[in-house]
Amino acid sequence: MSNGTPEPLVRFINVRKSYDGKADAVRALNLDVETGEFLTLLGPSGSGKTTTLTMLAGFEQPTEGRIFVGGADVTRVPVEKRGIGMVFQNYALFPNMTVGENIAFPLTVRRTPRAEIAAKVARALSMVRLDGLADRRPQQLSGGQQQRVAVARALVFEPRLVLLDEPLGALDRQLREQMQYELKHLHARLGVTMVYVTHDQIEAMTMSDRVAVFSTGQLRQVAPPRLLYEAPESLFVAQFLGESNTLPGTIARLSGSECSVTLADGTTVIATAVGACAAGTAVNVAVRPEKMVLGAAAAACANKVQATLLEVSFLGDQLRLRLGAFGREDIVVKLANGAGQETLDPGAVLTIGWHAGDCRALAS
Amino acid sequence: MLSQASSVNRVYWLIVAPAIVMLVLFYFVPLGQVLLTSVTDPKPGLGNYALLFTSAAIHKTLLTTVRIAAITTGLALVLGYAVAYAMRAATSQRQRLMLFCVLLPFWISVLVRSFAWLTILGPQGPINAGLMGLGLVDEPIALSRNETGVLIAMVHVMLPYAILTLYANMRGIDVGLVSAARSLGASRFQAFRMVFLPLTRPGLIGAASLVFILSLGFYVTPAILGGGKVMMVAQYTAFQINETMRWGLGTMLAAALMIAVLGTLWALSRVIDVKRLFSA
Repeated sequence: MSNGTPEPLVRFINVRKSYDGKADAVRALNLDVETGEFLTLLGPSGSGKTTTLTMLAGFEQPTEGRIFVGGADVTRVPVEKRGIGMVFQNYALFPNMTVGENIAFPLTVRRTPRAEIAAKVARALSMVRLDGLADRRPQQLSGGQQQRVAVARALVFEPRLVLLDEPLGALDRQLREQMQYELKHLHARLGVTMVYVTHDQIEAMTMSDRVAVFSTGQLRQVAPPRLLYEAPESLFVAQFLGESNTLPGTIARLSGSECSVTLADGTTVIATAVGACAAGTAVNVAVRPEKMVLGAAAAACANKVQATLLEVSFLGDQLRLRLGAFGREDIVVKLANGAGQETLDPGAVLTIGWHAGDCRALAS
Repeated sequence: MLSQASSVNRVYWLIVAPAIVMLVLFYFVPLGQVLLTSVTDPKPGLGNYALLFTSAAIHKTLLTTVRIAAITTGLALVLGYAVAYAMRAATSQRQRLMLFCVLLPFWISVLVRSFAWLTILGPQGPINAGLMGLGLVDEPIALSRNETGVLIAMVHVMLPYAILTLYANMRGIDVGLVSAARSLGASRFQAFRMVFLPLTRPGLIGAASLVFILSLGFYVTPAILGGGKVMMVAQYTAFQINETMRWGLGTMLAAALMIAVLGTLWALSRVIDVKRLFSA
């Protein structure tokens, strides 16, 4: 709905899935996938992201709730009738077929005329830059090439929706980054809707239009990567995605979206209130380490505090400082290593500050 | 280093020597005698082997043998495939129970099992009693002392071999491949026919050759359930040696059987890796 389409391509309505009748692998899931978007399901293992994908593909059926694709209820539609392309983590190429036969498979089972198959397979092969390898066996290809075959096979029958289940998990880092770029490029070029599962947050941020964060069977937040990072709606998202300084406290006063929070050591900080907060609510104040500034810049901030520098780690393009403040010793500040960066020594007392807008009070 | 290696080698030979001596004395020597007898008795030459092409009785026996072995192989393969497939899909606990049931017949002698089948399939046996009790037949149907009985009992004996070979092969197949086929639009049947079945080809070839080869030399089961009317090569051979004392003819048949088995294995080795097949 964000890009103005009348109806989302995929819609999960109150979906719950339990494998054993006791614990829920997924619960209370309401999620829309817009036509043409690249949506990533992100979460640690056991968070329900793969179960969600498996239900969308049709391998598993929801215990409760319904799933719509293109406006039609597919909750009870068998896998092969859903017309969804899928790419698996271990590629799942058929070892008894050549690369060409593998790519032709979705067309063969649909009884597409032979000439049309040949043309489409050739086009799919060149799309993933594997021209001339049609007669090879999958086992004769490298991991990256095998994954390209799997992608070509999932796209060759022109599905409107393609699911990718940690497709780059088995590749080494360099190849993975290259494939991320290629997949994103394919997505932009073909305009096909992609739902991608990964536990790698960098991958999710790099590739996605929107990211859906899962934990313990629940969808925590769906948002574009930047918004998800800058404006997490829960402590889990703030901590799972990137790094956050979290300071427990209680809301003392609330005015509009701003609130003042009394921390454990008695200090007060001004933060952006998130969700249903009221005075007296226990919250965690989350601040990104790179949003904290030092010295003169800190003086202009709504929040500032005297802190003792405990440790400096030099990471090349950035400095990572550990400071003591608010009665804690785990405050992290990241400084970009810019021109004229002065040397900082442990033991120094510094003023650190940050804006109220960069600091979120998340109900705990 | 060198002398140490050779002394290790000597110890190695010393350890296997008794087994080799046993094998030569009790296996290769008698085998050689069998082969020798087949070309010397009653008179030197290939006269016995000529009977393979001239004797109508031997033709009939060979034909019966190949026919029964082939039908047994076909039935054992179809039934075994279904059982192995079900085993592969079962939970690990049920898998163990099924495996136990498959192996159970191995603990009972073929002789006992053959007599058991004779009782079960006989005119007064439970099957005929049941059929007549239900009014499906008026008089007992002939299930034993004929080829039907031989086939039923032989398939029973051969089934575990087929199941185990196929099961070992199927366990090595990634289930994800069938799921992948389904997700790409294949129906259950298409996924089976185009992906799963071709991947079980080595298992099918292995099970078929194992069952066929074992069936060729079957003796006890056809002798008991055939009631003397179904004559397979092994029984015919025993008959020549025990009853008519035609040692030359008997040993020739034994040798021919052995050559047929080795020939089958050789032909097989041209198509697939036999060593991998039977260690699977």
